[in-house]
Amino acid sequence: MQDFLDWTVVIGILSSGIRLATPYLYAAIGETFGQRSGVLNLGVDGIMLLAAFSSYFTVLTLGSPWLGLLVAILVGGLMGIAMGFISITLQAEQGISGIGVYLFGLGLSDLLFQKFVGTAKAISGFKEFPIPLLSKIPFFGDIFFSQSVLVYGAYLLIPLAWFILNKTTFGLNIRAVGENPEAADSLGVSVQKTRYLTLTLGGILAGIAGASLSIALLNVFQQNLTNGMGFIAVALVYFGGWRPFYVLLGSLIFSFVNALQVWMQVLGVPIPSDIAVMMPYVLTIVVLIFSAGRVRPPAALTKTYERGS
Amino acid sequence: MAIAKLLPSGHPRIDHMEMRHISKRFPGVIANDRVNFDVRAGEIHALLGENGAGKSTLMRQLYGLYQPDEGEIIFDGQGKTILSPNDAIKLGIGMIHQHFMLVNSLTVAENVALGLKSSKGFLTDLDVVVKRIEELTKLYGLKVDPHAYIWQLSVGEQQRVEIIKALYRGAALLILDEPTAVLTPQEVNEFFAILGQMASEGHALIFISHKLGEVMDFTHRVTVLRDGKNAGETLTKDTSKTELAEMMVGRQLKLVPDKAPVKVGQARLMLKNVSALSDRGLPALKQVSLELRAGEILGLAGVSGNGQLELAEVIAGLRPLSAGQVLIDGQDISRKSPAQIIERGLSYIPEERNRDGMIKDFNIAENLILRENNKAPYAKNGLLNFSVITKTAQTLVQQFTVKTPSVETPIKNLSGGNAQKVILARELSRNPSVLIAAQPTRGVDIGASEYLRDQIVRQREKGTATLLISEDLDEILALSDRIAIIFHGEIMGILAREEASLERIGLMIAGEA
Repeated sequence: MQDFLDWTVVIGILSSGIRLATPYLYAAIGETFGQRSGVLNLGVDGIMLLAAFSSYFTVLTLGSPWLGLLVAILVGGLMGIAMGFISITLQAEQGISGIGVYLFGLGLSDLLFQKFVGTAKAISGFKEFPIPLLSKIPFFGDIFFSQSVLVYGAYLLIPLAWFILNKTTFGLNIRAVGENPEAADSLGVSVQKTRYLTLTLGGILAGIAGASLSIALLNVFQQNLTNGMGFIAVALVYFGGWRPFYVLLGSLIFSFVNALQVWMQVLGVPIPSDIAVMMPYVLTIVVLIFSAGRVRPPAALTKTYERGS
Repeated sequence: MAIAKLLPSGHPRIDHMEMRHISKRFPGVIANDRVNFDVRAGEIHALLGENGAGKSTLMRQLYGLYQPDEGEIIFDGQGKTILSPNDAIKLGIGMIHQHFMLVNSLTVAENVALGLKSSKGFLTDLDVVVKRIEELTKLYGLKVDPHAYIWQLSVGEQQRVEIIKALYRGAALLILDEPTAVLTPQEVNEFFAILGQMASEGHALIFISHKLGEVMDFTHRVTVLRDGKNAGETLTKDTSKTELAEMMVGRQLKLVPDKAPVKVGQARLMLKNVSALSDRGLPALKQVSLELRAGEILGLAGVSGNGQLELAEVIAGLRPLSAGQVLIDGQDISRKSPAQIIERGLSYIPEERNRDGMIKDFNIAENLILRENNKAPYAKNGLLNFSVITKTAQTLVQQFTVKTPSVETPIKNLSGGNAQKVILARELSRNPSVLIAAQPTRGVDIGASEYLRDQIVRQREKGTATLLISEDLDEILALSDRIAIIFHGEIMGILAREEASLERIGLMIAGEA
C-alpha cells in the first residue's frame, strides 16, 4: 500500500493514462468531424475492430508496422465510405446503419481472425520512440515524451482538428452542413460531398484508433479487442461538446481514471476488481449527465438531407 | 450621354429582364401556361397570386432550379439558358428565400463567405470578407455587424444579411420570396426603405407576395397570376386592393366579413394574473389578465414570440401555469388536463396546424373526430363506428366546403386552406364555449381566408367567446370586437375596436406605446 504514493507509481499512472487515451482521441476526433457535418456514426467500434485486425495481420505476416498502419487507414477509409453510402446515398437512419456497420466489423474481424490466425500471437509493432532531449526531462520526459509515434500523433491531431474546423473553408463547410444543410446547399456547398469527406476522414481516424491498439499499445489481437471503446469515443464527442480540446479533456479524464484503476488492481488495493473496472464507465455516465445540455449539438445531427424536401 | 451601367456594388446592372411565353408542366398540372413577366432596373415589381398560382414555379425557372418547357428568358435583349442557381448567380440574379438560408451558429461573415472561393486557398479569408461586407453595408445603408453570430440578430437584421449575401455575389436583380412574412410593421417599413433605395440605384427587384397592403404601399408595378396564367398587369398607382384581390381569385371578394351586432353575454373565459414559462424556462407570460365574453372576438395582436403561443397552450392545458388562474364558464381549469378542458367546451385551432392540429397520415374523417373519437356516436364499447364517422365527415366536408375527392383522403394531400377548413369544422361543430384561433389564416389563400374568417364571425353570433391570435393586423382589425396587445409576455393594453388603428397597434406591438 505504501507503494501507492511512490513517484514511479505516479509516473506510471500518468504515463499509461496518456497512452491509453490514444485510441479514444483518434476515434473521437474522427467522430467529431462526422457529427459536426450532421452524421452520427455509431459504427466507430466496428471500424476500429476491422482495422485493428487488418493492421495486426499485416504486421504478423509482413512485419512492418508502417505497412500495418497504411492498411488500417485504407480499411478505415473504406468503412467510412461504406457508412456514407448507407446513410447519405441510401438515406438510411443513421443510428441503425451505424449499428449495422458496428456488427459487421465485430463479426468480420473475429471471423478473419479465427480463420487466418486462430490463437492470439504477440507481434512486434510500433516501439516506444523517446524524443531526443525532451524525454530526458525528469518526470515529464517519462510521461509525455517516451511514447510510441501513434501516441504523439493523437495529441498533434487535436490542434490540427481545431484548425481545420475553425480556420479552413472545408471546416466552414462542415459546420454549415451540420447546422443548416439547406442553406449550405443554396450557396453551392455540396452537402453529400462534405458528409462523405467527413465520414471518410472519420473512418480513417477510427482505423488508426484500431491500429493504435493492435500494433502499438497491446501488440495483439483477439475477439472484440476494443471492448466498446468506439462507443465511449462517441460519448466523449458529446462530452466534449463537439470541440476538439474538450474532447481531449474528456479523453484524458477517462483514461487517467482507467489507468488509476488498473494500477490499483496491480498494487493490490483491496477493492473488488469488477467495481474498479466499472469506475471509468460510471464516471463517463455521471459526467455526461452533468454536461448534458451545456452545448447545443449540431442542429442537423442525425438528419438526412434531400434537396427540396 | 451614356449612363453609368454599374451598380453601387460595382457590378453591372440588368436593365431589362423578360420572361416570354413561359410554360412549365408537371405530371397532371400546367404550373405555368405561356406566362409573360418582365422587370426593369429601378423598379419594385410585385408578383402576386394565390398559392398554386405558379409564382414560385416561375421564379424557380428564373433562378435555375427548374428549366422551362417552352418560352425564353431574355436579359437586355439576349436570350439566356439558366441551368442551375450558379448560372443564375453569374447572370446577376439573387434570391432571398422565404425561410432564411442562414446558418445560426456561424457569424455574418462566415455565412457570406460560405460557398465562395477563398482568396487564401484552403484557408478562410474572413478578414477580406469582413472588409467587403463593411463596404457594402456603407453603400446600401444595411446596418449589420459582420462579426455577430446569426442567432444574436433580430429577424430584420437576418434579412439584411440575406441581402448582403446576394449583393456580395453581385446580384443586380433580386427575387424576394414573401420576405415580409416574419417582420414587424416597423421592420417592414425599414425593409422597403432599403428596397426603395436599391431600386433607385438601379437594381431590379421582384417581390413575391400575397399581402395586398404591402403591394399597394411599396411597389411600382404588379403582375398577377391565377391558375398558372397571367391574370393582369398594371402600374400600382392605377389599381386598388379590391381590384388586385379580384384578379387573384377571379371573382368578387369580401375582405372584411359582415358583422351583425351581437349582444355580449356573460364571461366565458377568464385569465387572472396568469404567468408561465417558455420552453427554455424563461418567463413567457407575466401576470396576464383577460376576460372574454360570450359573443365577442378578442383579437390578440403581437409579433410572434411575445407569449401568444404560451398563452394559447396554457388555456388548452398543454403548458403548466407558474401562477394565476384560468376559468371557463366560471370553473377553474388551471390544473386540469387537456381532455378535461375540452370537456368544459374549449376548441383550439393551433398555430402550427400541421404539427399540432392534425395527424397528417390520417384521413379527413379520422381527423374530424379526433377530439371525440372515444365517445358515442363515434365509438361504442371501444369499437369505432365507421358508418357514423363517414356520414358525419361527409356532412361536415360539405358544410365547410372542403375541396377533396373523398373523406378517406389523407389530410396531408389537401392544400393548406382546405386542411385548415377541416380543423375549423372539427373545432366549430362542437359548438364550443371558447374558441382559440391561432393564426387561423396564415399561409392560406385569400379565397379560403375569406371563408375561414366568415365562419369565425358566424360562430360569434352563436355565443362563442373567441380569442383570435394573429400577426396579421388587417385580420385583427377586420374581425375583432376588442383588441389586446401583447409584448414580451405582458398585455400592453386593450383597445375597443373604435379606438384601434393600424398605426396605433403597430407601435404598441413593438413596445413603443
